[in-house]
Amino acid sequence: MSNIKVELKKPDVDKIKEICKSFNNQPGELINVLHKTQHTFGYLPAEVQEVVARELNVSVAKVYGVVTFYSFFSMIPKGKYPISVCTGTACYVRGAENVLDEFKKNLKIEVGETTGDGMFSISCLRCVGACGLAPVVMVGEKTYGRVAPEMVSDIIKEYTNQK
Amino acid sequence: MSGYKIHLLVCGGTGCKASLSTAVVENLNHEIKTQGLDDFAQVVTTGCFGFCEKGPIVKIIPDNTFYVQVKPEDAREIVEEHIVKGRKVERLLYHDPDKETIVSDSKHMNFYKKQVRIALRNCGVIDPENIDEYIARDGYKALGKVLSEKTPEEAIKLIKDSGLRGRGGGGFSTGMKWELAAKNISDEKYVVCNADEGDPGAFMDRSILEGDPHTVVEAMAICGYSIGSNYGLVYIRAEYPLAIERLKTAIKQARDYGLLGNNILGTGFKFDIELRYGAGAFVCGEETALIHSMEGSRGEPTMKPPFPSDSGYLGKPTTVNNVETFANIPVIINKGAAWFSSIGSEKAKGTKVFALAGKINNVGLIEVPMGITLREVIFEIGGGIKNGKKFKAVQTGGPSGGCLTEKHLDTPIDYDNLIAAGSMMGSGGMVVMDEDDCMVDVAKFFLDFTVEESCGKCAPCRIGNKRLHEILEKITKGNGTPEDITRLINLGTVIKDTSLCGLGQSSPNPVLATINNFMDEYTAHIEDKKCPAGVCKALMKYEIVDENCVGCTACARACPVGAITGERKEIHHIDTSLCIKCGACIDRCKFNAVIIK
Repeated sequence: MSNIKVELKKPDVDKIKEICKSFNNQPGELINVLHKTQHTFGYLPAEVQEVVARELNVSVAKVYGVVTFYSFFSMIPKGKYPISVCTGTACYVRGAENVLDEFKKNLKIEVGETTGDGMFSISCLRCVGACGLAPVVMVGEKTYGRVAPEMVSDIIKEYTNQK
Repeated sequence: MSGYKIHLLVCGGTGCKASLSTAVVENLNHEIKTQGLDDFAQVVTTGCFGFCEKGPIVKIIPDNTFYVQVKPEDAREIVEEHIVKGRKVERLLYHDPDKETIVSDSKHMNFYKKQVRIALRNCGVIDPENIDEYIARDGYKALGKVLSEKTPEEAIKLIKDSGLRGRGGGGFSTGMKWELAAKNISDEKYVVCNADEGDPGAFMDRSILEGDPHTVVEAMAICGYSIGSNYGLVYIRAEYPLAIERLKTAIKQARDYGLLGNNILGTGFKFDIELRYGAGAFVCGEETALIHSMEGSRGEPTMKPPFPSDSGYLGKPTTVNNVETFANIPVIINKGAAWFSSIGSEKAKGTKVFALAGKINNVGLIEVPMGITLREVIFEIGGGIKNGKKFKAVQTGGPSGGCLTEKHLDTPIDYDNLIAAGSMMGSGGMVVMDEDDCMVDVAKFFLDFTVEESCGKCAPCRIGNKRLHEILEKITKGNGTPEDITRLINLGTVIKDTSLCGLGQSSPNPVLATINNFMDEYTAHIEDKKCPAGVCKALMKYEIVDENCVGCTACARACPVGAITGERKEIHHIDTSLCIKCGACIDRCKFNAVIIK
């Protein structure tokens, strides 16, 4: 998983330093720093974590520990169109599992993976609070409600056609 | 809000937004403009109305007309008919399924009749991004009253007398919590609002923050004054972008109005609020874990004592309260402890917000007095079970709770009764299940969640839950033995007794509660190798009913593994050793000849 090697260019390093500085390089702000860094780069590869650790003067292990603890942080890049299937209880009892299976079958990837062309990634999330629309799927910012397995291929098509 | 004669309130909660309520607002605004009604009617985006099942909701004030499932293209008709001609658009009104009547005023809807809205008082009523609307509904009056008329001790006594207990799950007396922090002498103290709502199927905190963020700001300032703190922190899920935006707006407006800052209302009291973001860890709902996360570390809980009221954020005395708890505070101050404690049951005062979800007709957010029965909630407010199916169970308390069944339907809901029934209040999620849900599978689903969310610090939770999950997996695959039940019970009890924090102490609840209430389903899985609800795939068997099969070959052609054989116009057969149970044959058969056994 973490085999992806990233070479950080100087502007990237500068950007991370800038983010750390905006939080006064305070170790206590680690989570906020990581939020902002992930927002900028899309994910948090090991190389980025090293820079953050250096800037906040904490060990790389501490940063890695925090990144892997929280499900919001990811060490692999998400797809151009990240698909999130809600697997909260309400969605689950209304058939979210079947919808998730259909996405996995259709895109031939597992949860937490990204397709080879970098178009789609699948993740599960716990309750988006739209239980009235269960089961719910989000593609990027767009929410799809009352999703049935039969609708999955059409949803994917919507994005493959856009490219 | 003055000037305008008519207000069109449109729900801007997450659920309705997902059903295009933003476009409804745009189109309504456009229509009002084209009709030249700008000075007469105003569109207001509000917080959640609660009736998410039928969203997006549009409510017209002053006549209280309640339109449901409004589509963007309905905007013209609403403006032309209702606003201009004063005729209600009947097809958009709510149809009462029981009486087959049309209800136009939300007050008369079953969904709202039994509700008492205290914490949700402003949700769906005001524009959450406008502080003036909050003030117009007695907003910040309680803060003014406390600062000018009451000593901190008096304020705490009032909250204590009201009987308010924490709404986040623990049910600890809020006034007592404040008192403990107030007693500690320290140069710095902190007020923390726990908005890290993590229970799948519960979304009340988000709805309050989205629909009425000022109530939290006001309550935190009151708490700050009472315990002697000048600094508030809201720990909020990063996955709630809308709630974060609205809260930020509210804090800024409060600062501009002098309701936060160095000299609040000229009394010299100093208080300000900052946000801290969660990053998706369920265990951070536990207060010590939450505090570690706010300090930038892994959100792992620590032993109590020391309690946060003695040593919390940065080692200083800290009070942690949940969003819904805070939302009650201003009303209690304004209306008094006696008023509040007159609502609810003997041991639990006030109301509780529940998120109704699952196989129920009226999915949504409700606020009801403590002591109401499950029957009233599910069958009256919730409108009963979807598609006329049979009620089986309701899961309360999320993954840490348990399920309640038919026999608990008339139990009054409060903290102690739910615990006695093998469940808990939790944050207020209620997921309803019907005859099609397999309780063994449901228990496995919740353990899936706990295994994933266990922080790994203590062994009983980290290892024990994993083992519980494996045993359940074995049972749902048809490999269970009668001894497995004893193992589940013994192991579950040990995990409950020995785990470090609330997560582990409650994680076996779903397993123990389902064994308790649905032993017959476990037996069916273990002894008969059958899943009565037809959920566990490994236990399903597909068969063709000879009498119904006409030999059309549709199923055989649909089967991806060639497990179905049979000549044209002859009865077909399924080779169960080849069958992968995908269900393609069932979907294809027009004669109901394929069944699952």
